[in-house]
Amino acid sequence: MSRRLFRSRLLSSRITPRTGNSELHNQTETRSAFQLRLMAAALFVLLAFVLLFVRFAWLQVVKHKEYITLAEQNRISLVPVQPSRGIIKDRNGVVLAHNFSAYTLEITPSKVTDLEDTLNRLSGLIEIQPKDRRRFKKLREETKAFESLPIRSRLTDEEVARFAANSYQFPGVEIKARLFRHYPQGEVASHLIGYIGRINATDLSNLEASGQMPNYRGADHIGKIGIEQRYEKELRGIAGHEEVEIDAGGRAIRTLRHTPSTPGKNLILSIDIELQKVAEQAFGENKGALVAIEPATGGVLAFVSMPGYDPNLFVDGIDPQNWNELNNSPEKPLLNRALRGEYPPGSTFKPFMALAAQEGGFRSASAALPDPGFFNFGGHVFRDDKPGGHGVVDMYKSVVVSCDTYYYTLANQMGIENIAQFMATLGFGSKTGIDIEGERPGVLPSPEWKKKRFKNPAQQKWFAGETISIGIGQGYNSYTPLQLAHATATLANRGVEFKPHLVQHIEDAHSGAKTPVEPKPSKTHDWKPEHVNVIHRAMAGVNKEGTGARAFAGASYTSAGKTGTAQVFSLKGAKYVEGQVKKHLRDHALFIAFAPVESPRIALAVIVENGGFGAQAAAPIARQVLDYYLLGKKVNQPARELPDEPEEHAHD
Amino acid sequence: MIKHLWQRFIRNIDPWLLLFTALVVLYSVLVLYSASNRDMNRIVNKFVFFGVGLGGMWIIANIPQQMLMRLAPPAYILGVLLLLGVALFGEVTYGARRWLNIGVARIQPSEIMKVALPMMLAWYFQRNEASLRWKNYIVAAGIMLLPVAFILKQPDLGTSLLVAAAGFYVLYFAGLSWKLIGAMTIIGSGIVIAMLDWDTCNRVLHEYQCQRIATMLNPMEDPLGSGYHIIQGTIAIGSGGILGRGWLNGTQTHLDFIPERTTDFIFAVLGEEFGLFGNIILLILYLLVIGRGLMIAARASTLFGRLLAGSIALTFFTYAFVNMGMVSGILPVVGVPLPLFSYGGTAMVSLMAGFGILMSINKDRQLMKGG
Repeated sequence: MSRRLFRSRLLSSRITPRTGNSELHNQTETRSAFQLRLMAAALFVLLAFVLLFVRFAWLQVVKHKEYITLAEQNRISLVPVQPSRGIIKDRNGVVLAHNFSAYTLEITPSKVTDLEDTLNRLSGLIEIQPKDRRRFKKLREETKAFESLPIRSRLTDEEVARFAANSYQFPGVEIKARLFRHYPQGEVASHLIGYIGRINATDLSNLEASGQMPNYRGADHIGKIGIEQRYEKELRGIAGHEEVEIDAGGRAIRTLRHTPSTPGKNLILSIDIELQKVAEQAFGENKGALVAIEPATGGVLAFVSMPGYDPNLFVDGIDPQNWNELNNSPEKPLLNRALRGEYPPGSTFKPFMALAAQEGGFRSASAALPDPGFFNFGGHVFRDDKPGGHGVVDMYKSVVVSCDTYYYTLANQMGIENIAQFMATLGFGSKTGIDIEGERPGVLPSPEWKKKRFKNPAQQKWFAGETISIGIGQGYNSYTPLQLAHATATLANRGVEFKPHLVQHIEDAHSGAKTPVEPKPSKTHDWKPEHVNVIHRAMAGVNKEGTGARAFAGASYTSAGKTGTAQVFSLKGAKYVEGQVKKHLRDHALFIAFAPVESPRIALAVIVENGGFGAQAAAPIARQVLDYYLLGKKVNQPARELPDEPEEHAHD
Repeated sequence: MIKHLWQRFIRNIDPWLLLFTALVVLYSVLVLYSASNRDMNRIVNKFVFFGVGLGGMWIIANIPQQMLMRLAPPAYILGVLLLLGVALFGEVTYGARRWLNIGVARIQPSEIMKVALPMMLAWYFQRNEASLRWKNYIVAAGIMLLPVAFILKQPDLGTSLLVAAAGFYVLYFAGLSWKLIGAMTIIGSGIVIAMLDWDTCNRVLHEYQCQRIATMLNPMEDPLGSGYHIIQGTIAIGSGGILGRGWLNGTQTHLDFIPERTTDFIFAVLGEEFGLFGNIILLILYLLVIGRGLMIAARASTLFGRLLAGSIALTFFTYAFVNMGMVSGILPVVGVPLPLFSYGGTAMVSLMAGFGILMSINKDRQLMKGG
């Protein structure tokens, strides 16, 4: 102890200058008190570490499973792999819709602070046209801020390289490789192929409702209209997915697992795209529609609605200017006239009336009636186009010269109920069930229809006088070109009816195995062959010696046809003179045909909106289509409207 | 001859403290290698820091204790003056006035106080050892609160609490009445509980400080913002399980999910890759360091030595506890590195300096024994 004190004095003489017994005692006391405090401190340290240990055990033992899951979720991102969309081909294998991969420049608005500035700087590197900006603006308004939206698509390799070198200046902007849908035929067949477009809110809720959402995660396009829409399920395929390890910045580090996608099925259409082109060309500047059907199968050979539009505009979201142009054009290029246009059939209705007359036993083919040039019904005079009439007219002649009086009296004789009943069996007034959406049913007039159509009780009653003009395809009659073509095909096929369809085969993209679509007849009409023969003969007569003769002069095949003219504008008794009526009020020209007569390979219906007389405007289009389909003859120019010949159109 | 020189050289070095310290540092190198994505530069630097720290430690260990004692008041006064300088001319970074530019370097005087304050207090108690009264504790409290108030004003709540703790440990070992400690504990807990309430907290503290408390209570409120650190830290630790995911195999670590993973959050890397097992090893190593520090305190010859050694040991414990508590989500996030473990030169050197002081205190006892 003395040594200790000595040392202590030596070392710290200033600190402990005085040393005495009491202090020594005191020091020992404080020392043991200090030891106690040290023990307490040690205990505290131990307790604190036990607390930490408990916390670690809680996280690492009790909650371990939960946290390992969280860590895996952090690390692994499920990236959907989009399937490649099925290709659409025509019956000869010509590609109508396909995919190509290209680079797009995409912006995620939520990651960009000053969008306008970014766009301006970007346009210094990559050409961004005003229409790209407009389209982008529209897309932004339609989508959520965290979605990546294309500002430019189909970048050139040079543009890709230029952006890549400067990408650090553009957070939130990136280049992505994407599969693009492309329609190589452009405007040709646009109405039937349709297009795909960006998935919008409506599409999303539809997908959600049908439980297909899982297959669309990460997808941004969907079929919007036409074949693309109707066969979406087949074309889409099944999305695969990739398990990707990502870092905290979301960058993919490596792929852990890969479930490949199943590509969509290819579609082979019954359409002959060359025929379609011939038909579209034949229309020239005219508006209208043409549907050509293979009678023996119901396969649609051509499905024309003029004018068309370029479906490629829609793939990436159409820019507002183009949209307004298309949507507000008086030509209505977006209207699918073949499917949704409803027109009075005019005189093309007569062959069906004639068949109805025979089948119902109302009038035999040989019955000949005098035609004074008008029909007086209860004081109201219904005129024939030819003043003075056609003389004595039997069924053959009634079709060939398109005698109105013959059908006025026939309609009166049959009554509206019988007409409606028979026409309904041919599909008039109901949807044909073709494989694209949005078909209109048309109007097959009948007392019941009128009751439903009008609210005012005074208008609900059917007047017998209304039946008269139904006989010549006027009045309330209103059908789509598709219905007319369908009925013509059924007539050509002697009552064996096939549901019209655009898709012939569905092809597996891997194996190439083809599954045919709807090969069976949907209905067989129990028509007497001799009744049908009369109609076929009469329609052949139209093209040989009747209203279609000029259009079909010199044809090396036999064909059957019927001209028609549908009134757009009631002249209220005044004489219709083409030149004096504004173009959009001119009559619609119609023509139905099938050929060859003996074993029809093609049946069609043409309507030329405001084309005037069917024989002049519509029949030449039919001639070009038949010439190409049967002979392989191509004209490559619009069908020439035949010069005016009073004899001819007077009988339409 | 060489042997003799060597013995003179290591005469004042405590082998146990050195061993435990070296084990912690080596352990940290293992983790740092993984946390830094095998960055050899960091490893070399870490050893350099440790080497410099060892040098500092050796120098301080060889300073006689009464010299340390004599240094205490000037160090303290200098520290307070520098803090005053900070308050008047300090540089503002991130809204806080913490740094002082003294021409050659930018210094953070609050760091000096971490050592200067306990030294000053120990010196003060030593001076009044013979006649300790309650008024001495009041003066001591004043010595302690002056720098703490300055630091609190900067504002730097974390450092001010750590400095206050270092000072408080001296008071505690000097015999601060248990009743008073009990009362302070109750009041302190009351304040802490009151701070848990957002509105009350905002009346007293800065919003960012209250945000940290709120984040600790519910990190999921803002998982990508203020809660991100703590969420990713706990995920890393929790996913480690008992044996860890293996060295260099932590996904949280290697895919950048753990922020500041070589510095303040290095413990999350340890927890992820070495699991509960690895954590326990670190706890044990820390216990050994702290235990050795307390042992040195127990054997110290002077009151100054006892108080200072005790305070240094407990301060070391405090750093370790606060860091591990923060990374594992039981304490709010404050900028305290894991002692000896986190990457960083300043902290390493100042900790080693602290161990130098411990050894300096320890050598008196050895001399006494040997003599």
